[in-house]
Amino acid sequence: MKPFEALRLAIAQIRSQKLKSFFSVVGVIIGVMFLIAVISIVEGMNRYMEDDFARTIYGLNTLTVTRSPSVQMDSDREQWRQWRRRPRLTLDDASAIRAGLQTPAMVAVESFNEGRLKSDRGVEVSGVWLTAASSDFFRIREMDVDRGRLFGPQEDAAGLPVVVLGSESAEKLFGALDPLGRTVRVNDIPFQVIGVLQPQGKLFFFSLDNRAIAPARSPMGRLTNPRAVVDNILVKAADPVMLQAARHEIESIMRARHRLRPDESNSFEIETKDESMAFWQTFSRILFIAFPALVGIALVVGGMVIMNIMLMSVVERTREIGMRLAVGARRRDILLQILVESAGLSFAGAAMGIALGLGMAKLVEALSPMPAAVGVHWLVIAAVMGIVVGVVAGVYPATRASRLDPVVALRAE
Amino acid sequence: MQNAVIIKTESLTKEYVLGAETIRALRGVDLEIRKNEYVAIMGPSGSGKSTLMNLLGCLDTPTAGQYWLNSTAVAGMVDDELAAIRNREIGFVFQTFNLLPRATALHNVELPLIYGGVAAKERREKARHVLGLVGLADRMEHRPAELSGGQRQRVAVARALVNDPAILLADEPTGNLDSQTGAEIMGLFEELHSTGQTIVIVTHEHDIAEHAHRRITLRDGLVETDILQRQTVRA
Repeated sequence: MKPFEALRLAIAQIRSQKLKSFFSVVGVIIGVMFLIAVISIVEGMNRYMEDDFARTIYGLNTLTVTRSPSVQMDSDREQWRQWRRRPRLTLDDASAIRAGLQTPAMVAVESFNEGRLKSDRGVEVSGVWLTAASSDFFRIREMDVDRGRLFGPQEDAAGLPVVVLGSESAEKLFGALDPLGRTVRVNDIPFQVIGVLQPQGKLFFFSLDNRAIAPARSPMGRLTNPRAVVDNILVKAADPVMLQAARHEIESIMRARHRLRPDESNSFEIETKDESMAFWQTFSRILFIAFPALVGIALVVGGMVIMNIMLMSVVERTREIGMRLAVGARRRDILLQILVESAGLSFAGAAMGIALGLGMAKLVEALSPMPAAVGVHWLVIAAVMGIVVGVVAGVYPATRASRLDPVVALRAE
Repeated sequence: MQNAVIIKTESLTKEYVLGAETIRALRGVDLEIRKNEYVAIMGPSGSGKSTLMNLLGCLDTPTAGQYWLNSTAVAGMVDDELAAIRNREIGFVFQTFNLLPRATALHNVELPLIYGGVAAKERREKARHVLGLVGLADRMEHRPAELSGGQRQRVAVARALVNDPAILLADEPTGNLDSQTGAEIMGLFEELHSTGQTIVIVTHEHDIAEHAHRRITLRDGLVETDILQRQTVRA
């Protein structure tokens, strides 16, 4: 018998008992469905983290000098206390880095707080993301205005009360009115609006457009931090190699400024996108290891169900198998038939699981800002897993069927 | 001139071990069946007729003795060789028809050809042809449940004939049929015999055995009588 004939027989058999076939592969369907769903979500998260999150928080070829790590995993109280004892970063630190760097790079500072804005019309917006930054901040963050202009180094140095609004804040405060040249009070301190940023979108569920950015030396500096203190110093180089060089220089400049002895460890952090991603990568690696194990269990259970169904099916069809042997089927024909049937059953289950899993991923994509991405190789892996489970589950029933004695099988009730 | 020998056995012996006991189902059967003979094998239950049929049908192998089918020594063959012999040389008709319930008559008849590796188109043609021979040209796409008992057995006969076997081996072919339908099937056998088919029927019914031209009776694993009857039917 040709393998193609075995496949046709198997399909006919599966189709003739659709409901039973469906129930026998529920385990495989569920296992594969969750595999595909979780992998698409995790891969989507991965892509999101790489493309959006890390880009937004850190930026390309950019490093951030901070007092303590921005992503803190398993830190104990002692560690915390030690971070709290570290000196704060200052505007002078930023100036020293700018002056001391041999590697060409842009340097900026940024400080954050949350605050409220009030327009000259009396409209108030709270929960606004306030930023005090130096002028290169916009270039490092790759932000530009939609209307108006950004502030420059002179305005920063002079500490003028000018502000660039996020598109959402501008909309809320002024509606259809032109916000340029108007006054907005930031926590009751008046600033003049000089620009509105291009919309930035969302990070997870957090809007990036409800914000106000003013020069670091303006009153905004005091609204975000004690005088002359900054949260982050940003340094952007032209490429990863230059960034690495800048990183070493900054480390020695900062160590000198903090008067650290050679045996003392750094009292500041230098982070790039990789550091924050390390946390996520650990998380996703755990998912990628733990999850397939769970799927594996589901598939083993699914396989056992299939094996039982196939054993029952072989018993039910003893006479049929006897007849097939009588009309000339060889033992390997029977073996092949049952194996292909089992594999076909399981593959059909895997295919349904893939479809449902993709559906679930799409649903998550629709309900959250995270994209669902699943590599084609995962679909192939899932399909192959389905076939393998079916073949493995089919071996025992198929062997039993093929070893039937035709004389005995034909007499079976 | 005598026809060629299709079946020849020499001291065919079959023993089963059941626990401590050894059951000697066949104790040395010598038999010769020629082409186009129509033979009934009879005997009470326990006489060994089923065992003999299983051996003649190559479903089982003898404990001792020889069996030549179409001059091929079958006794020492392994499973796959026996399967090939069954496929090419033997057409089985069972008491319970043993059709695939979800397959059409046509597919049921094609089955031996599938295992024989015959291409789909040729299979279809041959199956159509034999279904025509048994008078079911208009029932090819029907499933067994849509056919009467007699029609089902005709499908089974067509399946047995589709490989143009050396012998048609029928085990109580009318056992599940009423007497009229049984007579129709026996009529069909008569027709097939008249076209040159070699037929061996195993039965315990004398009425059925009457149709055959030679009657072999077994008792206690040995041939008791071997009688030629009505040799002139072909005329």
